[in-house]
Amino acid sequence: MRWQTIKYFFREAKTSLRRNSVLSIATATTISICVFILGIAVLLYMNSGQVIQKLESDVEIVAFLEDDLTTYQTEELQQTLKKNPAVLSVTFVSKDEALARLENKMGEYDLLESMEGSNPLNDSLEIKATNPREVGELAAAVEKMKGVGKVRYGQDLVQKLFSATHWVRILSVVIVVFLGMAAVFLVATTTRLTIFSRRKEIYIMKLVGATNRFIRFPFFLEGMALSVSGTLFALVFLGLGYFYMIENVQPALAFLPMITDINVLIKMGLGLTLAGMALGVIGTFISLNKFLDV
Amino acid sequence: MLVQMYNVSKSYDNGVRALNDVTLKIERGEFVFLMGHSGAGKSTFIKLLMREELPTRGQIFVASRSVLRMKKAEIPQLRRNIGVIFQDFKLLENKTVWENVAFAMQVVGATSQQIKARVEETINMVGLSGRESSFPSQLSGGEQQRVGIARAIVNRPLIVIADEPTGNLDADTAWEIMELMSEINRKGTTIIMATHAHEIVRRMHKRVICLDKGCVVSDQQGVSIA
Ligand SMILES: Nc1ncnc2c1ncn2[C@@H]1O[C@H](COP(=O)(O)OP(=O)(O)OP(=O)(O)O)[C@@H](O)[C@H]1O
Ligand SMILES: [Mg+2]
Repeated sequence: MRWQTIKYFFREAKTSLRRNSVLSIATATTISICVFILGIAVLLYMNSGQVIQKLESDVEIVAFLEDDLTTYQTEELQQTLKKNPAVLSVTFVSKDEALARLENKMGEYDLLESMEGSNPLNDSLEIKATNPREVGELAAAVEKMKGVGKVRYGQDLVQKLFSATHWVRILSVVIVVFLGMAAVFLVATTTRLTIFSRRKEIYIMKLVGATNRFIRFPFFLEGMALSVSGTLFALVFLGLGYFYMIENVQPALAFLPMITDINVLIKMGLGLTLAGMALGVIGTFISLNKFLDV
Repeated sequence: MLVQMYNVSKSYDNGVRALNDVTLKIERGEFVFLMGHSGAGKSTFIKLLMREELPTRGQIFVASRSVLRMKKAEIPQLRRNIGVIFQDFKLLENKTVWENVAFAMQVVGATSQQIKARVEETINMVGLSGRESSFPSQLSGGEQQRVGIARAIVNRPLIVIADEPTGNLDADTAWEIMELMSEINRKGTTIIMATHAHEIVRRMHKRVICLDKGCVVSDQQGVSIA
């Protein structure tokens, strides 16, 4: 492509932006709002993903061992469990340790003394599943093992947690996809107005023999400029809002870990920029094809 | 042979048959009037040549290239061989005279040196030197049509097609435009002009093709019966 032509494209795009400034602002604002909402949805999705992951990884099975197990049998049991690919980790908790933990929770009160010197608790194994979703099956398997007494893993809570997180994930994806489509539609509509206001120009270009590629290019530049500026605008607000939340809300909700890794956030920003640009270009493309059919 | 039409018919989607079995030839350098009542099919004829519309039946050749079998990507090339002039001028209101004419060259990718030289020459030829930086709204109808003509010929097309170019002009101005068209024709450009103006047609003594209800009813030198 000739330098001359490239200069022409940029000049055309610039003139058109200036001339249709109201429409241009409307388009940029539309993209801005779309990217902003999209950004909120993505942030929610990723943060809920992080929270879910944390909750899931907290789920563990406690297997109480029978009283009369020898040290060797206990050791063997642990080894068997560790070989099981469904098991992520196994931690042995002796009954003394368990009592100590309990005492810790109860404060100064001396439990052992009140029990007249005999510890009523059992040794136990704390088991984490490789896949937290299969914790139920694993618990059942562990319960069948020799030397294992009761098994506990908070069945009800775990089941509820998993079905909830499952739906949260699906819902977030649906919302993001839906918003993306709405954004393309809005951009296409706004772009169509810009193009409509220039249909005579396009018609003349067609009749004097301009190629479709030539006619499209300034519009793409225009769509690109609008979507980039709209996206940047949205990102600034999104960033400000998010960092405000990290500063001021996060401390109050310590049990909900927010994503603060700057690299992840930058990647997300780049992703949103690309998404915004794609919205502009796809929207422009949809509208253009209709008018180029002369 | 510049234009060849063989048994060309055109029916629009709504069932209107605008052209009916038209067969004719136009030679390089000819000046041809296209006459007929309103709705006879004159504009349709022109749109078929430009490939703005496709015929329902028949074959059309422009400069020996089949307009029908042409790929989409070849249409711009066809159109660069044809300059169009409209009854309502179709100038871009936000561009100056110079820009309106240069526009036709820019969009086919000419260099700025080419554009500068050729636009100036063309504006001089149509008699608008000195008005380069005027906007269309600052020009009379006749002057606006001169800009339209300059835009149509600036790329040096083989054919100039005009759809009632004098339709919006008074008699004297129309005649000035016709003199300009004759001059373009004298320089070798083929001209096809649709018109209602009997007076002009009679005085020009050129070939006249008369259409009625989509059919060619006469095709003679200097005579109009419509
Ligand atoms: N795009 C279209 N869709 C449907 N019918 C059309 C279309 N364009 C033209 N027609 C019809 O085709 C017929 C021929 O129209 P055309 O415009 O070719 O006539 P014309 O000779 O140019 O008339 P005028 O002198 O009024 O300009 C008319 O009946 C018209 O209504
Ligand atoms: Mg007509």
